[in-house]
Amino acid sequence: MDIQQILFIVLSAIAIGCALGVVFSRNPINSVLFLILTFFAISGHYILLNAQFLAVVNIIVYAGAIMVLFLFVIMLMNLNSDTEPQKNWLVQLAGAISGGILFLVLLSALVSATKTLPVMEQGSNDLGLIKNLGKTLFRDYVLPFEISSVLFLSAMIGAIVIGKKEDKFEDVH
Amino acid sequence: MLLLQIDWSFLLEKSVLILVIVLVSFGVAAYATWGERKVAAIMQDRLGPNRAGFMGLLQPLADGGKLFFKEEIIPEGSTRTIFILGPFLFMVTALMTSAVIPWGPDIHTAAGNVISLQVADINIGILFVFGVVSVGVYGIMLGGWASNNKFSLLSSIRSASQSISYELAMGLSLIALLMMSGSLSMREIAQQQHGFWDGHWLTWNVFKQPLGFFIFMVCAFAELNRAPFDLPECESELNMGYHQEYSSMKLGLYLFAEYINMFISSAVMVTLFWGSYNFPGMDWVAAHTNAIVFALICVIVLMAKITAFILFFMFIRWTLPRFRYDQLMNLGWKGLIPLALFNMVITGAAILWLFNK
Amino acid sequence: MNFLLLAAEQNTPFNYLPIALQLLIAVGFVGIMMGATHLLGPKRRTKDKLINFESGIPSVGNARQPMSVKYFLVAILFVLFDVEVIFFYPYAVNFRELGQEGFLAVLMFVGFFLCGFIYILKKGALKWED
Repeated sequence: MDIQQILFIVLSAIAIGCALGVVFSRNPINSVLFLILTFFAISGHYILLNAQFLAVVNIIVYAGAIMVLFLFVIMLMNLNSDTEPQKNWLVQLAGAISGGILFLVLLSALVSATKTLPVMEQGSNDLGLIKNLGKTLFRDYVLPFEISSVLFLSAMIGAIVIGKKEDKFEDVH
Repeated sequence: MLLLQIDWSFLLEKSVLILVIVLVSFGVAAYATWGERKVAAIMQDRLGPNRAGFMGLLQPLADGGKLFFKEEIIPEGSTRTIFILGPFLFMVTALMTSAVIPWGPDIHTAAGNVISLQVADINIGILFVFGVVSVGVYGIMLGGWASNNKFSLLSSIRSASQSISYELAMGLSLIALLMMSGSLSMREIAQQQHGFWDGHWLTWNVFKQPLGFFIFMVCAFAELNRAPFDLPECESELNMGYHQEYSSMKLGLYLFAEYINMFISSAVMVTLFWGSYNFPGMDWVAAHTNAIVFALICVIVLMAKITAFILFFMFIRWTLPRFRYDQLMNLGWKGLIPLALFNMVITGAAILWLFNK
Repeated sequence: MNFLLLAAEQNTPFNYLPIALQLLIAVGFVGIMMGATHLLGPKRRTKDKLINFESGIPSVGNARQPMSVKYFLVAILFVLFDVEVIFFYPYAVNFRELGQEGFLAVLMFVGFFLCGFIYILKKGALKWED
């Protein structure tokens, strides 16, 4: 075993352990914290693959921005009703089945993807460096890049429409 | 077997460097508290701390020692684990940014070894700083929320909202600088500002990007919760702010971490804009002294610039009144973000069409 | 391959090893500090001492209360704009090589950015004083 394999195993163990922690925590704040740890472990994986830009963007955007949003949402909720209502066993069964099916779909997609895609060798390629990534993005993928900005625009409009509706609702009362 | 080939001397060298940086950060933070009180005293025509040692120089040690031996109080209504996690995270994130700052030039020893005065030279150094800054919000948010105190909660939400708003303008303000440097590595940016005059123009980035520096500095003030943006700690509305329920060293960690953040962000500003460890006539000095003395002089120059910035932070605190919350948000979103975008577009156009003939 | 060579060479995952080291040292340092004060300080808990401090007035309810939706809106907008800002970084590094074409592409992106920005300003999403 070389050092990369050991790091890979350690990071994977952290990622899976924390992901399980997200699911099994009773307190939503703990779930969020576990999710942040999971993102850090995944960033570690990116670094092992030499995708440095992706690793740091994963931390800035997911761990630093989206999880702040999640924390805000949880703080917005009323956490005094700590004990979640016991759900019907039928609902739980349905949830388990649909979750299991989703898992199978993802698994099969992953298996077929590993057959067709070339396996990335760890730490040997420079594609993930910011310089090369930028060149590829702004030479070969300019159109998707511009379209993504339209996507952001629509997301903004969606956020404003939902967020502002709340205000009007408050005004009526 | 790569595992067996880990270079232990490399790890040892880095560990020593990291320990020195951590201890220096604590030392600077401790004496920044003393400096803050002295500066406040001078500006208000008082004496300030003068009992512990000469000119009160032992005051920070006395304060630190006191905090160590105080009773820890964890309020009953608080969420215990997260209450402890808050100051812990805040301090750890404060100590992480220093990893990518070049504290001096490489030392080429006579034996042919190269000793680097930077913990990690990664080619996305600036983004690493942003990553750590964006994670730094959690310390305040979690601490304030876990206290189960309304003042703390309000303060932490305000603080989080403020720092995410200013992160945007901060990120945008650096783009123009990066267009000129073409690199995200802090070490490379430091080396590009070599000396002071390159024959055409001053080499330090602040003379090439004054607007970018101004925006970055204002954002740094806001990220640090320093006056005039110290809304999370405004005494008249929120008592003490997000660390109201904290006592003993947990409070100490919050207070120290704020000063460490001030130290590190001064270092980042100096590295990016004010020529890092470079000074006028450094080539002459390098030719006339040996490598270690030269590196030492460079470190001292860097520290002097950082000290100047810390003093500037303190002067501002006792000069400008606090912003109102809506003024703060308006300045960040409606003022600085469009200004930074404008700066970026103008810089790009100027380089492409004016200077690149 | 020698480890030192790998570490000296730029752009490999091994550049990040010192950062992991620094994280370990920082965590250890802070952990020891917090543990030490926990052991050193006196422990005399009384009921009054453990109540939340709210300026001496008996507190009503607790702080686990919903807050204004505006903070939430700011956070959503932050996520969106943050991703857009991140897009500028790979461009800035390649600015000179990409030349005029790249600059025009980015100008268009900035145009969309400004459209969204002006939209949220016009809708008053960032208005605090109402």
